[in-house]
Amino acid sequence: MGQFVTEINANGVIAVDDTIQVKGYETRAGSRILEGFKPLFSAETVERLEGAGYAVAGKSAVGEFGLDLLGEFAHGGPCLDASGALRGAAAELVAAGQVRGALNVDLNGAPRRAAALSGVDFLKPTYGTVSRYGVIPCACSGEQVGVTAKTAGAVRELLRVIAGHDPKDGTSLPAETYDYGNGKDVPGMRVGLVRELTDAASDDMKARVTAYAERMRGLGVTVEEVSLPLAEAARTAWNLLLCAETCNNVSRYDGVKFGYRSPDYRNIDELYVNSRTEGLNFLTKAVILYGSDALSKGRYVTCYDKALRVRRLVWEQVKGLFKDFDALLCPACSRTEYRPYAIADAFKTVFEESLFTAIPNLTGVPAMASGGVQCFADTLRESSLLNLAEAMEGSGAK
Amino acid sequence: MRYEAVIGLETHVELATNSKIFCSCGGHSTKGEPNTRVCPACAGMPGMLPVTNRRVVELAMRAGILLHCDISRYTTFDKKSYYYPDLPCAYQITQWFHPVCRNGSVEVTTKDGTRTIGIKQIHMEEDAGKLVHDDWTETTLVDFNRTSVPLIEIVSKPDFRTADEVMAYLEKLKTMFRFANISECEEGAMRCDVNISIRPEGTEELGVRTEIKNMSSLSSIRRAIQYETARHLDAVERGTETLVQETRRWDDVKGRTFSMRNKETAADYRYFPDPNLMPILIGEDWIRRVRDTMPASIEEKTAEYQSKGLSEKEIASLTSERALCDLFDAVTAAGRDPKEAASWILTECGGILRKHGQVMGELRVAPEKLSRIMEKVSGNEINRAAGRKVLEAVLYEDADPDAYCKAHNLSAQGDADAVRQVVLKVLDATPNAVKDYLGGKKKAFQALFGGCMKELKGNGDPQVIRTLLEEELSKRS
Repeated sequence: MGQFVTEINANGVIAVDDTIQVKGYETRAGSRILEGFKPLFSAETVERLEGAGYAVAGKSAVGEFGLDLLGEFAHGGPCLDASGALRGAAAELVAAGQVRGALNVDLNGAPRRAAALSGVDFLKPTYGTVSRYGVIPCACSGEQVGVTAKTAGAVRELLRVIAGHDPKDGTSLPAETYDYGNGKDVPGMRVGLVRELTDAASDDMKARVTAYAERMRGLGVTVEEVSLPLAEAARTAWNLLLCAETCNNVSRYDGVKFGYRSPDYRNIDELYVNSRTEGLNFLTKAVILYGSDALSKGRYVTCYDKALRVRRLVWEQVKGLFKDFDALLCPACSRTEYRPYAIADAFKTVFEESLFTAIPNLTGVPAMASGGVQCFADTLRESSLLNLAEAMEGSGAK
Repeated sequence: MRYEAVIGLETHVELATNSKIFCSCGGHSTKGEPNTRVCPACAGMPGMLPVTNRRVVELAMRAGILLHCDISRYTTFDKKSYYYPDLPCAYQITQWFHPVCRNGSVEVTTKDGTRTIGIKQIHMEEDAGKLVHDDWTETTLVDFNRTSVPLIEIVSKPDFRTADEVMAYLEKLKTMFRFANISECEEGAMRCDVNISIRPEGTEELGVRTEIKNMSSLSSIRRAIQYETARHLDAVERGTETLVQETRRWDDVKGRTFSMRNKETAADYRYFPDPNLMPILIGEDWIRRVRDTMPASIEEKTAEYQSKGLSEKEIASLTSERALCDLFDAVTAAGRDPKEAASWILTECGGILRKHGQVMGELRVAPEKLSRIMEKVSGNEINRAAGRKVLEAVLYEDADPDAYCKAHNLSAQGDADAVRQVVLKVLDATPNAVKDYLGGKKKAFQALFGGCMKELKGNGDPQVIRTLLEEELSKRS
């Protein structure tokens, strides 16, 4: 038996975010509404990792449906470091060396933020390169499974296992493998430092990004300031789409077939209303209300449809920059530390912080948090991100 | 003042696919124990993703071609949100923004003549589950077998004026779709929402419109239209009530419609494009392929059968069912005579089915077996009556024609010598009948004939018996 366990663990153990299903493991997506829910199947990414000899160590905590900053409003409570600062659970597990890596869903930047704060790497791959089959769905048009690990090399290793066509996901791209780089070819690369996003960050975060850019230059990378005027519009558009799609996706939780059911009801309407009232937190309810409004009659054209049009414009603007640059550098969040705060402020706080993370979710381009900052690259150019991060890690960035 | 009804139809048709629209569960929802035809995907479990069944798109295109529609080059799936216990995801995947077909037409013929009904659009969507109410225990159970069964919805323009036209239209769609293998159009597989308003004849402006939801039987649809038209007339002419734009429900037992929801309480379905399903691009090549692989239409089959010399009646009967055409085509392709084939299918098979209380639509016979029986009869191996007997055994005992004939000693009965022995035996055994016949009582011939047939256990060839009887009787006159 011991021999057997050693064998499956040959490649190490992996943490899987609670928004990603593992067959038979309770999967709650950080919410009370999914209490007791044991999925009938594992996510494709989990299947692939297990098939390649990795073992699931357990589920890492996330905020309800992954909607908050770092998991601070998870039903099970927040993850705090020794000083009482907010941290992401999976990123902390990776930083502490308890797992080789983690699978996370990047819905509104949470795992990128978490990695930047814990000093580990997280890569959100290009939309469609990694299967979303088995992800508790929120905003299907932009959420993506990515990998947290200690080094760019470890991210690459895990990404190679999980990426590739999955016929069970209708948005899965046809390729079986992708280029994840070789850790070389960094000298001569061109990186754009996004002015709007750097300017919006706190002074210590600004200093961190500037220092990172300086070290990049030391590796022979050209770093130039660039402008992304649609950054704010991208944030609004992504949050609008996210609310609308999430509202639609979470409406299936009704306390009837699985998950939490309020003990207090006299008829079917009360069963629905009370189960949802007690099962969902304030942030999710805010998302549902905004989303429902954006899709309602008369608002569709001025809200949802407009957001889709903004998505196209942002994509064009970003694509334009990638004609001249291999990657765009910016903060992953506004500050270097976050403290617990009241849930009444959650929607506003997440909205504000998503300024730094929304563009890759909105446009599908890859993004990577590394060295406490983040970079975006063009569609399917994860190789640029991984090469840069690997070179920077080698240069003593950590 | 004379009024006319303005009627539009939304017709949902269950498609004849092997699997559901977005997962690989088997189709044919109506069969099977409750909740046995479900997977995590069609049960709406989180984490599943829909993947479009290509066949559904092709059948929708096929319907569009039959109804002379423009096939969209760009078509998308959208989510329609509403809460109902039979809808596991609380949204239905349908087509709202870019339906697969638009702008078609179909001609319907009633006793008042032929009119063209416009088709606004055809779109694809998934069906919902089914609620089963148990009045005894006052519980409601959900059966998800039907969730995600593929449907097309055919939206007509408000071009109908009478219930007769609606009936003719639905009958025509049914025949067309069955014939083109688009839908089996079984009980419950075709459901209608009917929009009705009335206006003074000759005017253009539409009156207040009501919609009657979800009817599946033709007679209910007819009665609902008649009831609702009369209700509108009473309201407009005699002021019995004030009409409001609303959705109504037909109660077949009470024979009237009831208000379900009006404009103020109308659902807001919050449609938006489903991000999990990529837009489908339909190119000329694909349309051509669908057109080329479409089964021949009723019109084409009619022309083909006319050229083979079949009567109008035979053609009408054969083309009433795609399966009958397929059987006829297979039998004639095996070299059997077309007229004979039609006769065997319609008269012989039909007769046997009727005898067993079944209808033509239930005919299931392997073409090779029918062809073999016909071959034996035309080759005088057995007579037609024996052939009929073999056919019955084939239909109801799944017999093999050759084995059956051998087992029942049916092969020699066409042999004149053997029959002559029987004739002589009968004549010798019934001298009175012989005497009567020769004395001018021609009726006695029937008794002698019957006697021979009985001896031959009904397997004798009537023509052979008759000839031999006459021959032998003339020898005794």
